[in-house]
Amino acid sequence: MSILEVQNVNKSFGGLKALQNVNLKVEEGTIHAIIGPNGAGKSTLLNCFVGKLVPDTGSVTFDGQSLLQKKPHEINQMGVSRVFQTPEIFTDLTVFENVMIPCFAKRDGSFELNAWKPVTRESDIRERAEQMLIDVNMIDKRDMIASSMSRGDKRRLEMAMCLSQSPKLLLLDEPTAGMARADTESTIELLKEIQARLKITMAIIEHDMGVVFSLAQKISVLAQGTVIAEDLPDAIRSDPRVKEAYLGTAAED
Amino acid sequence: MLNLNQRDTGTFLFVIIITVLAPFVMNPFPTESAMAQFNAGYPDLMQRFVIFGIFAIGFNILFGLTGYLSFGHAAFLGVGSYAAVWMFKLLSYNIIPALVLSVIIAGIFSLFIGFLCLRRSGIYFSILTLAFAQMSFAIAYSVLSNPKFNLTNGETGLQVYADDIQLFKVENLTTPHLFGVKMNSTYELTLGAWDFQFNVGYYVSAVVMILMFYVSIRIFRSPFGLMLRAVKTNQTRLNYTGLNTRPYTLAAFVISGMYAGLAGGLLASMDPLAGAERMQWTASGEVVLMTILGGAGTLLGPVLGAGFIKYFENILSKINDNVLHAWFQYLPEWLENSLVWVLHWFTGKGWHLTLGLLFMIIVIFLPGGLLDGANRIREAIRGRKAKKNAKTPAE
Repeated sequence: MSILEVQNVNKSFGGLKALQNVNLKVEEGTIHAIIGPNGAGKSTLLNCFVGKLVPDTGSVTFDGQSLLQKKPHEINQMGVSRVFQTPEIFTDLTVFENVMIPCFAKRDGSFELNAWKPVTRESDIRERAEQMLIDVNMIDKRDMIASSMSRGDKRRLEMAMCLSQSPKLLLLDEPTAGMARADTESTIELLKEIQARLKITMAIIEHDMGVVFSLAQKISVLAQGTVIAEDLPDAIRSDPRVKEAYLGTAAED
Repeated sequence: MLNLNQRDTGTFLFVIIITVLAPFVMNPFPTESAMAQFNAGYPDLMQRFVIFGIFAIGFNILFGLTGYLSFGHAAFLGVGSYAAVWMFKLLSYNIIPALVLSVIIAGIFSLFIGFLCLRRSGIYFSILTLAFAQMSFAIAYSVLSNPKFNLTNGETGLQVYADDIQLFKVENLTTPHLFGVKMNSTYELTLGAWDFQFNVGYYVSAVVMILMFYVSIRIFRSPFGLMLRAVKTNQTRLNYTGLNTRPYTLAAFVISGMYAGLAGGLLASMDPLAGAERMQWTASGEVVLMTILGGAGTLLGPVLGAGFIKYFENILSKINDNVLHAWFQYLPEWLENSLVWVLHWFTGKGWHLTLGLLFMIIVIFLPGGLLDGANRIREAIRGRKAKKNAKTPAE
């Protein structure tokens, strides 16, 4: 069953047609990669999923509900979490506080005037956040201020924040962009492990072909605002249209 | 204790002890000595310390936690004062209904202004709040003061007259009181060369401030406080974490507006008069200075900042040329005159200049405010001790 369905989505900025008749289905429990050359419209498409942009025409449905006209926090409350290209975390707060916030959002909804009970007495939230930090192997950095960590750790923290909400769909915007080789590999391992253990559906936008082919169970290729191919990784690897989109002309043997 | 952690309990006890002992602490110099003019232990000034402390504590909940810099909080202070004086005019001089109404009215008013201003952030938010406060000032100063509908009594200021309704009038009580205990009654204690003054109004305000300080600690340490700090750090992440930032910032705005209203109500309870100048933008700027000077986002900072500014405002402005001449009368006349000429610019009416210089020095060298300075000193002492301990050889 598909959890995210995109039908005939069009989006243009002035004269530029960023997305033209995009159709996409993300199956539940899979890792779905969206690849494509620069300017293909990958980020525009992702922004249509999370409520940052509204498509001109077409529909985006998640779990049977339309995502159009919904605000980012409402979409998140429906079960969609997003990891950004550059980690978006609460840099002034500690690692532990960073993970507690999504736990509160999951428990209390988008607003709760909980201004009297000390955070130290919220034992269910603290246990959950602590367990999450153990799961992503960051418990030793618990009391560090988030801004003082390496980029790889910030990414890991952001991932932990998203996972602590046990989302139905995790969107990842180039999760390994700008990472060192070792960090990239550990991120791939982390994602594979999460997928195996929690069966969370993921949609990944990625440049790095190594990452894409070692993770994805299905790949959609975007070029100039349209999906030119959607298939299993092996089929995509040998698809001449994909090669053409990336290299400009059909590769000669 | 009281559901606070050890450190917060310490801070809270410190505030309680200082405010309770303020008549002694603020009055270190004997009455007849030349230094007596630096004493701050008289009721009027001590009341200001704690009332503006309340104002700054509330402002800090908005500015210190969320980073939204409001330049219009004096409007809520002014509204609170007007509401309190109206209660005196209509009911009686008892301060309880006055304080309750001033908090409620300021809350409603800040809900309205906050709802509109919080559609923008950063500098646009600041300018919107400034515009609203100046509008409120203009409305209070002229629009709502005409013969047909006189709500504010314009330039003269709102005050209680003998022919006012006062439904629950008590004959002998013609000044604000708390169930018969007058705010302006003062007990004087003479110990040797010292005169200590214990004023009812001060202690009532001090109790209110201590309670409000406790509430602010609880807010700081609550999940709500955590969310407000998250607003300051990264609103994008907060939105994509399923949290709606607008009601959080609005709640913080209304809470701080209610604190300001309470402070305004207390000001009117100490002296039953409310004027439009209390809503001026300079008054809004003052609370910003207090908070930054003391340390924005810290618990104790705003209280310290309020005390610091009110102290210098009152003490420096009292030092006029005559006082200066008296200080330097032992010096040769040319030196006396030139010293007085120089200091003249910094004292008396020129006290703003000194305050400005102090503010610059603190912001440049101690960006975290006075509290940051205190922490640095404490750490320096601790560091020296640690070194000393390290030097003593292990046995």
